[in-house]
Amino acid sequence: MTELMHRSEVAVSVELQTPDMTLNIGPQHPSTHGVLRLVAKVDGEKITEVEPVIGYMHRGYEKLAEVRTYAQMTALVNRIDWVSGFASEVPFIVAVERLTGIEAPERAQWIRLILTELFRISSHLVFMSSYPLELGATTPLMWALRERERVLDLIESVTGGRFHPNFNRVGGVKPAAGGGSQTKKVSQDLPAGFFDQTRAAMDKVLHVCDELDELVTGNELIKARTVGVGIIPADKAIEFGLSGPNLRASGVDFDLRKVEPILPYDQVDFDVVTAQGGDCYDRYVCRLEEIREAARIVLQAIDKIPAGPLQAKVPRILKVPEGQVYVRHENPKGEFGYYIVSEGSRMPYRLKIRSTSFSNLSILPWLLEGQLLPDLVAIMGSLDFVLGDVDR
Amino acid sequence: MNFWLLLLVEIVVILVVMLVGALVTIYAELKISAHMQSRIGPYYAGGKWGWAQPAADGLKFMQKEDLVPAAADHTVFRLAPYIVIMSALAVWVVIPFGPDLVVRDLDLGVFFVLAVSSLSTLGVLMAGWASANKYSLMGGLRAAAQLIAYELPLLLAVVAVVVQAGTMSLNGIVAAQAQPWFTVGGIEISAPFLIKGQIIGFVIFMVAAVAELSRIPFDMPIAESELTMGYLTEYSGIRFTMFFLGEYASMVAISAIAATMYLGGYWIPGVPESALNAVGPFVLLAKVAFLVFLLIWFRWTWPRLREDQLQDLAWRWLIPLGLLNIVLAGIFKVVL
Repeated sequence: MTELMHRSEVAVSVELQTPDMTLNIGPQHPSTHGVLRLVAKVDGEKITEVEPVIGYMHRGYEKLAEVRTYAQMTALVNRIDWVSGFASEVPFIVAVERLTGIEAPERAQWIRLILTELFRISSHLVFMSSYPLELGATTPLMWALRERERVLDLIESVTGGRFHPNFNRVGGVKPAAGGGSQTKKVSQDLPAGFFDQTRAAMDKVLHVCDELDELVTGNELIKARTVGVGIIPADKAIEFGLSGPNLRASGVDFDLRKVEPILPYDQVDFDVVTAQGGDCYDRYVCRLEEIREAARIVLQAIDKIPAGPLQAKVPRILKVPEGQVYVRHENPKGEFGYYIVSEGSRMPYRLKIRSTSFSNLSILPWLLEGQLLPDLVAIMGSLDFVLGDVDR
Repeated sequence: MNFWLLLLVEIVVILVVMLVGALVTIYAELKISAHMQSRIGPYYAGGKWGWAQPAADGLKFMQKEDLVPAAADHTVFRLAPYIVIMSALAVWVVIPFGPDLVVRDLDLGVFFVLAVSSLSTLGVLMAGWASANKYSLMGGLRAAAQLIAYELPLLLAVVAVVVQAGTMSLNGIVAAQAQPWFTVGGIEISAPFLIKGQIIGFVIFMVAAVAELSRIPFDMPIAESELTMGYLTEYSGIRFTMFFLGEYASMVAISAIAATMYLGGYWIPGVPESALNAVGPFVLLAKVAFLVFLLIWFRWTWPRLREDQLQDLAWRWLIPLGLLNIVLAGIFKVVL
């Protein structure tokens, strides 16, 4: 016999449920920095769940490396993170140099350092322009990009390219555009007037940092949108493998330029910028301060750069001895590393790229849960990833 | 003159004023924003200074394909732009350009302005709903939520002006500002309401006006970086142009209302009443230009707020301040 329940005993759910709406953000969306796709479940403006879908830009660099010589790969690796191409070239070349036992001459190392820092400035200025734009402020975009042009001009005067320098060679750097052959005119390897132009450009960069301070950093509306939004605690940041300014904004003092320098960073004086809050605003401030520090490094480096050859002696056909190596470096966005396995041939047996943005992006689902839709844009922008770097 | 002929003339004049006003404002926005961002802005169109750029853009839009999404509610989708542009146009009916230069000097002019200017939100909501696009829908709903936030402060700010002027006719409000305030050594001094105790009201009105116009910092219904283009996402060609023109026309219209209520409208000290019909329109335009510049300045300086932050601003700050402002206006009216 079935037991009849009294009406009052039947559990009735009177709570009205609104079904979640699935909102497909991207791959073509103004603020996904390329082709990131986010499948978000939203309840009104509130995000209940978000799943990033990546891979729209997969170009297979790790596989391509297996059928390319080491020299050919430098042209590819600077296309991984195109905003800071040179900075991703350096660890690859250093990894090959470690395997072969070739050491680049000192002057080449200093040139690498200068260019890395110039790319850091350029990359952070892109952030300075795109991040306020995502919050709706259009003017910082133009101001930051205006000064970035000067940095790109400098880079172009040395390497001949603005985005993809392809300037590193195993055992040194290539002679600068217009610098003449490195065997004949050692003193002309950097273009004439480069130091003066650099000083002038750094003045402009520092000036635009002050301008951005007035327009963005102290802006009450920017603070309202970013302070306390998207907080990443230090332990979570480490758990998800964050690095670079995203990690340092959470209060972790970790900078590979200090910890494991592969360029003469120990000979220049600079501070590691950290912040304590771990929110979007701190990530912004960290990057702004890093521009100032990078300008400081560049100014010191052009005073300290020694004379000398640009290229060590390297066999014409470079065969890398058997072995494996992992070399990492502080890319503008964080830790960028290459794991190379060599079987003694002209091409790597296997190349694993530890790209920064991929790890930095991994925190997104955890971070976005329960946030509002406008904050999604603010948080996503503050992580400063490049989709080419995510998908490789 | 024949009633119908006069009506026709008035309609044509309003259309021309609205269209020219919108085009000039678009051009001003292009140029001023360019100067703020170290750019040049339009340069070639029209031969010099790119003066014909807004018109060229308009012509370009007219040539674009008129797309209506398959899943859209066609009637509502097509109707929405007309409602938006109509609400921008209707406001011009009551704006006085001179003591006699007004299409209809309604006794409830202020009331009429508030009523028709909030109609545009209906058009936005219709556009958002009918587009059959999730981004559009969210944009439309945001616009509706925004209406709740800014409409009350706007109303409260206007009530204070009405209290002080003692009339709801816009012509009467201008006349009240032209009234001598006090006399110093035989010279009668009069001042616009902005000086005569309505500073708080002016600030509230301008903040609410920016929200009503959906311009940065309150452009959440469009919010390009979040909702692609909000309720405008699915619009193209001439329908998009209508929204665009409507936005700029209401920008000019709202500035004209603010100028009339707070800056003295067509009235300027030192000009005799008889000359106001000739000088008035230019005086009003100068004041409108100043306020439009303010709106442009806001847009290119600030980022966007969040919807909840606008509600917070409206309910915790603007509405209490607006109520306080009414009390102050009452005291001002009685004591001074």
